[in-house]
Amino acid sequence: MTALPGSGTATGAAARAVTRAATPAAAVTRRPSEGSVHSWDLSTGVDGPGTRFVTFLSGCPLTCLYCHNPDTWRMRAGRRTSADDVIAEAAKCRRFIAAAGGGATVSGGEPLLQPVFAGELLHRMKHELGLHTALDTSGFLGARATDALLRDVDLVLLDVKSWDRETYRKVTGRPLAPTLDFARRLADLGKEVHLRFVLVPGLTDARENVEGVAAFAGSLGNVSRVDVLPFHKLGEAKWQALGMDFTLHDTPSPTAEQTAAARAVFEARGLMAV
Amino acid sequence: MTATPAQTTTSGAAWQGFKGGLWREAVDVRDFIQQNYTPYEGDDAFLAGPTERTTAVWKAITDRFPEERRKGVLDIAHDIPSTITAHAPGWIDRDKELIVGLQTDAPLKRAIMPYGGWRMVAGALETYGHPVSEELEKIFTQYRKTHNAGVFDAYTPEIRAARKAGVVTGLPDAYGRGRIIGDYRRVALYGVDRLIAFKKEEKEELNALPAGRRSLEETIRLREELAEQIRALAELKAMAASYGHDVSGPAATGREAVQWLYFAYLAAVKEQNGAAMSLGRTSTFLDIYLQRDIEAGVLTEEQAQELVDDFVIKLRIVRFLRTPEYDQLFSGDPTWVTESIGGIGEDGRPLVTRTSFRYLQTLYNLGPAPEPNMTVFWSPRLPQGFKEFCARVSIDTSSVQYESDELMRPRFGDDTAIACCVSAMPVGKQMQFFGARVNLAKTLLYAINGGRDEKSGAQVGPETGAITSEVLDYDEVMAKFDAQMEWLAATYVHALNVIHYMHDRYAYERIEMALHDRDVRRTMACGIAGLSVTADSLSAIKHARVTVVRDATGLAVDYRVEGEYPAYGNNDDRADGIAVRLVEEFMKKVRGHETYRGAEHTQSVLTITSNVVYGEKTGNTPDGRRAGEPFSPGANPMNGRDTHGYVASALSVAKLPYEDAEDGISLTSTVTPEGLGRTPQERIGNLAGVLDGYMASDGFHMNVNVLNRDTLLDAMEHPEKYPQLTIRVSGYAVNFVRLTRNQQLDVLGRTFHGSL
Repeated sequence: MTALPGSGTATGAAARAVTRAATPAAAVTRRPSEGSVHSWDLSTGVDGPGTRFVTFLSGCPLTCLYCHNPDTWRMRAGRRTSADDVIAEAAKCRRFIAAAGGGATVSGGEPLLQPVFAGELLHRMKHELGLHTALDTSGFLGARATDALLRDVDLVLLDVKSWDRETYRKVTGRPLAPTLDFARRLADLGKEVHLRFVLVPGLTDARENVEGVAAFAGSLGNVSRVDVLPFHKLGEAKWQALGMDFTLHDTPSPTAEQTAAARAVFEARGLMAV
Repeated sequence: MTATPAQTTTSGAAWQGFKGGLWREAVDVRDFIQQNYTPYEGDDAFLAGPTERTTAVWKAITDRFPEERRKGVLDIAHDIPSTITAHAPGWIDRDKELIVGLQTDAPLKRAIMPYGGWRMVAGALETYGHPVSEELEKIFTQYRKTHNAGVFDAYTPEIRAARKAGVVTGLPDAYGRGRIIGDYRRVALYGVDRLIAFKKEEKEELNALPAGRRSLEETIRLREELAEQIRALAELKAMAASYGHDVSGPAATGREAVQWLYFAYLAAVKEQNGAAMSLGRTSTFLDIYLQRDIEAGVLTEEQAQELVDDFVIKLRIVRFLRTPEYDQLFSGDPTWVTESIGGIGEDGRPLVTRTSFRYLQTLYNLGPAPEPNMTVFWSPRLPQGFKEFCARVSIDTSSVQYESDELMRPRFGDDTAIACCVSAMPVGKQMQFFGARVNLAKTLLYAINGGRDEKSGAQVGPETGAITSEVLDYDEVMAKFDAQMEWLAATYVHALNVIHYMHDRYAYERIEMALHDRDVRRTMACGIAGLSVTADSLSAIKHARVTVVRDATGLAVDYRVEGEYPAYGNNDDRADGIAVRLVEEFMKKVRGHETYRGAEHTQSVLTITSNVVYGEKTGNTPDGRRAGEPFSPGANPMNGRDTHGYVASALSVAKLPYEDAEDGISLTSTVTPEGLGRTPQERIGNLAGVLDGYMASDGFHMNVNVLNRDTLLDAMEHPEKYPQLTIRVSGYAVNFVRLTRNQQLDVLGRTFHGSL
């Protein structure tokens, strides 16, 4: 966790001024100061390591069948929020996070749908507030993440969803390739990745599918952890509230044994799976 | 530390191997600890599980719990007013017990303690179908005045009205005030004879009538109190002798140290039915003795754990006879045998020892339980192994509460313990006059109704003129609220002065005060309930549009809230600032009133489980809460209004100023295991981190419940399956299955901060 020199004593505004002047990227890039934000949260242990300030951006190009936050899909449903406001909110938790361990996560929705805004948040979380930063993404819009943006990311939480192309399309309504490209790019950059894989019985749990994800993840070299997330239906009420059909209504959550078996597939590739 | 014990009987064998000198010359347990304890910075690998003996003794007790739960009380010694020596000795299993002594002659059999008030005793006896002795009734209504009788002689009509309306509530005017912690360690370290000599010397100093600081009346009162203290110490010796132990000299072994200390505590709970009868800070003290025996090769780890387990069994079965109304207020059978564990010494060394671990280990060896009330003094500087063990125990048992060592140490020193839930006091040097709490939310309604009670319509507060506008104006409400709070503070402190004058006079805590220095610091421990409801109501008035609904008599009985308002519990200064200001303002008003015995004013933001009862007594509030709905407990934000997770909620609470609430600020956090991380090890690390973060943010206290909603639902339907299910509520742990259905629903309704 690196702190910006002087950030401990300067006022927020002064620290920002220093940061901007001292950062070449900031000097040449005109950053919009607003984005569409769904909400913020302080969470522990679920959006990256430790206790984190999580900004959920609105808008997502995917329409995953098991999504538990479909209310974040539409960018226009979010609240126009300035980066200053988000950073000010996060700043109030800095002392807590510094003592507790953790950082800031920019999540969604799909944060890379607003790459400039997400980039500014990540940059300022890291350099102004001195927080460890994580980007929680599907990778589908990975091409929109500039190298500069990725320099401000300490950890990528990459939700790979599936290896089998047809399954990927069925789950998300989109093609798989961009996510794999992004994963390889992160590997080339040596960027730490926590891979996420949602295990849905009858949808993503085919042996070849899990094997495929595991083999790919194992080949990358930068995946320090795999979260095998058992499908749950706690988001179903949100689908109903939005007047949408939740097609997985009758799909069961995986059993503990099924989840353990999926983890074992990743572990067989030398990965740490939880 | 004020005097030297006159006779120094040789303590050769008992003190062998102990270092240092100061504590030998004067009563100074802290110095003894500092000179002799061995900090432990390792992990929990050394701990021992329960022995067959431990399991058998505990089973002998737990087998009686179902009957006790069914009947309310198992048995009552209905015709013996309890004193230190009134009851014949009793045992659970005489051959198996290592640490002996019961409150009466049989386990779970309750004593009657009429000095607090006869009506409470008679009421409880009638409720539970036991005879009420005519002779005792005559004695305690005609010949011997009680605390309760004295209080009602001196209450003013105004106090009675405020009490009846429930705006001042839960006052210890019919029951023992408690929250006084005797330094029970002194008996183990010095033996009773030396303590008597010490007290005699303190008394002799008062033989010359005073010139100066101490008044004539104060001097005479102190001399009488010291005489009572000396008498109580002699009774302690006699009581111990009835169990075959001679406690006139210091404890010579680990087992004796535990036993001596327990006898001292037992004497206190034989004589006082205090609301909270806390133990103090004993684990690191006892560790010195256990460690000495272990090093000498006469005690194994398993045996050391057995002693602690057996001691804790005794602490778990402390029982008092109380009425169902009392139990409803406090949820079940609370005794608040609070034990303070850990912390950092003034010299920077952690006060964590192996016995700190052993105490927590009892939650595994005997299973989870509300008592003793395990309270960890948390600091980010605690050794990692201890932090992780605490977090693990919390996750597994929900039976630990945490208080900020960093906030307490600079104010109270490093030999401080918690009485009840969140009240810090240096052991043996400070006591408090427990003052329950006032209902701030109801007071706000009084402001709107010009001092009339919103439920009865009676004029209870001063006539400040009802607000007549349709829409509430923040400034107008605040001005009237200020006047009502002024009245409330005056009435409240007046009531407490009456109560504590009478408690000292008719139900004096002889043995507990015998284990204090003579010249103790006293605090007048006031308290407030309904902080979050009040803060949210004011925020609604300020930031949204609140319209008043009045009945035919013009009484405001309901409120319509239009628009959104920032709620306390979201780390938002617009709402949190109101809560902060309420705490500061009420403290300021309380400080303006003279106190009995010159006690220093303090206050707490704590309700325990009485938030449910306070809610029942309070009408609709301008935050949208409906009449009768529970308040949030302690300083907690209102259920469900904290929408950014439990850490954001905690950060709001951390803003409340400890300097204006030195009697403690209570926060209960409930999380699901998933809300702490995905693997057991991750959850442990993350919970320890959350506690570090909270204390680093000046948070004072956190109850940690790690629970599944499904478990609680199942426990409501099948209580027999969960006899030991423990949850923490506002500074205290309770057996979930002993809560009333309303309280259970309140716990369920409280935000489960599980992440989805």
